[in-house]
Amino acid sequence: MSEHIVPVRIYVTIFGVLLVGTALTVWAAFQDFPWQLNTIVAMTIAITKATFVVLYFMHVRYSTRLILVILTSALFWMGIMFALTFSDYWTRSWISIGY
Amino acid sequence: MASHATTAPETHGHPALQHHFENMEQQREAGTLGMWVFLVTEIMFFGGMFLAYTLYRSMFPASFASASNHLDITLGTVNTAVLILSSFTMAMAVYFTQVGKHRPQVLCLIVTLVLGLTFLGIKAKEYSDKYHDHLIPGRLLPGNPYNPVVAEHGDKDPHKLHLLEGATVKQVEMFYWIYFAMTGMHALHMIIGAGLLTYLIIFSLKRRFDPEYHSPVEVIGLYWHFVDIVWIFLFPLLYLLGRHLEHG
Amino acid sequence: MKPIESFEVPLPPKVNYINAKYGLKSWLLTKDHKRIALLYLASITFFFFIGGIYAMMIRLELLTPQGDFLQSTTYNKVFTQHGIIMIFFFLIPSIPATLGNFLVPMMIGAKDLAFPRINLLSWYIYMLGGVVTIYALLAGGVDTGWTFYTPFSTTFSNSYVVATGLGIFINGFSSILTGLNFIVTIHTMRAPGMTWFRMPLFLWSLYATSMIMILGTPVIAITILLLAFERVARVGIFDPALGGDPVLFQHLFWFYSHPAVYIMILPSMGVISELIANFSRKNIFGYTFVAFSSIAIAVFGFLVWGHHLFVTSQSIYAGMIFSFLSFAVAIPSAIKVFNWTATLYKSSISYDTPMLYALGFIGLFTIGGMTGLFLASLAVDVHVSDTYFVVAHFHYIMVGGALMGYLGGLHYWWPKISGRMYPEGWGRFSALVIFVGFNLTFLPQFVAGYLGMPRRYHAYPPEFQVFNVLSSAGASILGFGMLIPAIYFVWSMRYGRVAEANPWHLPGLEWRTSSPPPTENFETTPIVTWDAYEFAPREETEVVGKFRPELERI
Repeated sequence: MSEHIVPVRIYVTIFGVLLVGTALTVWAAFQDFPWQLNTIVAMTIAITKATFVVLYFMHVRYSTRLILVILTSALFWMGIMFALTFSDYWTRSWISIGY
Repeated sequence: MASHATTAPETHGHPALQHHFENMEQQREAGTLGMWVFLVTEIMFFGGMFLAYTLYRSMFPASFASASNHLDITLGTVNTAVLILSSFTMAMAVYFTQVGKHRPQVLCLIVTLVLGLTFLGIKAKEYSDKYHDHLIPGRLLPGNPYNPVVAEHGDKDPHKLHLLEGATVKQVEMFYWIYFAMTGMHALHMIIGAGLLTYLIIFSLKRRFDPEYHSPVEVIGLYWHFVDIVWIFLFPLLYLLGRHLEHG
Repeated sequence: MKPIESFEVPLPPKVNYINAKYGLKSWLLTKDHKRIALLYLASITFFFFIGGIYAMMIRLELLTPQGDFLQSTTYNKVFTQHGIIMIFFFLIPSIPATLGNFLVPMMIGAKDLAFPRINLLSWYIYMLGGVVTIYALLAGGVDTGWTFYTPFSTTFSNSYVVATGLGIFINGFSSILTGLNFIVTIHTMRAPGMTWFRMPLFLWSLYATSMIMILGTPVIAITILLLAFERVARVGIFDPALGGDPVLFQHLFWFYSHPAVYIMILPSMGVISELIANFSRKNIFGYTFVAFSSIAIAVFGFLVWGHHLFVTSQSIYAGMIFSFLSFAVAIPSAIKVFNWTATLYKSSISYDTPMLYALGFIGLFTIGGMTGLFLASLAVDVHVSDTYFVVAHFHYIMVGGALMGYLGGLHYWWPKISGRMYPEGWGRFSALVIFVGFNLTFLPQFVAGYLGMPRRYHAYPPEFQVFNVLSSAGASILGFGMLIPAIYFVWSMRYGRVAEANPWHLPGLEWRTSSPPPTENFETTPIVTWDAYEFAPREETEVVGKFRPELERI
């Protein structure tokens, strides 16, 4: 089998990291950071946790590049949906055309 | 009778090898790739709802924060920990299958299933709380339409809705619409996952999987991790967004 | 490589995929991709006729300016259901689920698709979606337009929106599973020697189509669900009462539905590449450009959906971005047309029925595509939006384009699928009738729309009547033209000339097995050492001093 077997200690470490991340995000939620930092901190932690799950629990770290390309494409496409939709909503107020 | 010209039956390999594949490697690769392609569809599926959430949160920050603060942060955090643990046990189940340790494999699958059902149970409790606080949007339940009681200034009643500066009851309803849509879809995927785990447990008990052939365990594991990742994002977005604005 | 004539074609085995097993159960529980393709063929033909009946009702009503044949509410249901059936239950599955299912494994040298049982499941899901939708139609129908715009669909329509939406939602899974199967198959099951750039262009376009199915269909799925829940709950995210925006529905709807039109046209373009190359006996000009343009169309197609929202409250700045991108998406399509034309140049064209459809496609798709550019211009779109100009534009692409490709492909591969030839004379005749009928139906609609006739109206000002009469006359010719193949295909299954393995004498891999093929497709797994459209045997291309146009490779 050309399959890579991930050692148990990696799984345990990642599990620990995820729990720490959860605690961290709950703690950070109660701190009043300036500007939009609360959201940025929360999203950064969430993205980091998700990345660890993808790389290690879902074995993407040990998989072919094709899988990585497919996953990245999905996120990119979701990005397209967000970006172009918000190009509408966030520019509506830029011009007043009489109504 | 079409002849299998490429391989004679005795050299056909593992009993789980399907006739249209050349070898187990190709079959495994196809199965994994297939599940990843399916997860792409799931990412786009949830993506639509994340889009709606992002849009309306940016338009109604105070209402969304007020609505979020009404959710039970303890139950939410516990649920997050439960799901992360279940992801760990699922990964361990795949590991034990790869190394051929049958009993720990089955045990890990059972624990994963139990944790998943725990998550759903806690979710049910949360939904029931919303029901009692009349926060189910619109006339989704005609007998219990949306009708929360807004707390007066200084009233600490946790069943009443505490509105921050600039928040409105209607916009809070928008939050709860999105909350139920997203957590509802997520719960549906958990239920499907629970069904898939049950299938895995049954067939593991029949010793169907071994180090040579365990694609279903791996592939359903991918699905389970994905459902976990959706929750990793839902938790801060739905439960934590207004906590720093919570005034005592 | 041996010249084609000396290639040993196996004698038709006594047993092929059609007669390998008898009985209804062997068809309804089959895992053979070829049988599943035929199951789909029967179903989509059925839905095509239902959609056609609705079209007939529309054209009958529009013969006169007054609304005298149907009430306005009934007319709303008729055009809605025409759109829903034709788009979701005919066009989107048509080529991928019939020709694609049949040919993908054969063209890459595999025994079946990667997931045969999921393939069968996709057909059952399609049928379930169809049953639910037909129930909705019979129970009273839906009148919101196939676009289901809010707030009419969520709040004010009294028709079967939820049931129809459910039918479409279910049908979407069929699409997703088909696309998933194709992507995995093409990545993992190519025969030894079949590199990406030796694949026929039909496979490239099906791969691009599958990309769109995977990335786009889930978004319409969630959108329909949100719409249905909003209707049930009486409030929702598109409802201004909660601060929602009805245009958000349009963003989410068109995010899928625009790429959906590329799902409908890309497979057809793939068929045309096959037909042009094979019926002019010449390697396709610019293979790499055509292959990558399919992928480019799939990618760019996701960036333009806002052009359906030009006349809404969408921001003008977003409108400008979408307009620019909509012009850009025309480029890869144009590249294909140029390459097909260059392929035809100095080639040896045989005007068989499939080639007639292919040539018709090139002309009609070009008209459709260019009128799309009119619509992509913001200012012009304000004038012609929601008029018959738009209706004519998309029918040129979907009927003049996609349907012609489908019919051409069906005729081309018919001998492989059924083991029989269709009657060539009738084939050419009906192709011409369809071409004439089609143009008579839709060309006047461009004029009517530009002069201001709105779409989705059952009554109109009398000055538009002449265009509508021409259009309805054309529609009857078109309908007649399409009935002829329906008859002779069925006739040919019993009485058609028995086809040999390679009746067109072509180098494609699918022609190197018997007609019809055995269940396992090939007697032995082929090892591929030739390019997709290698007409000239390699050892003869070094001939110097003698001009042999048939061997020229530009």
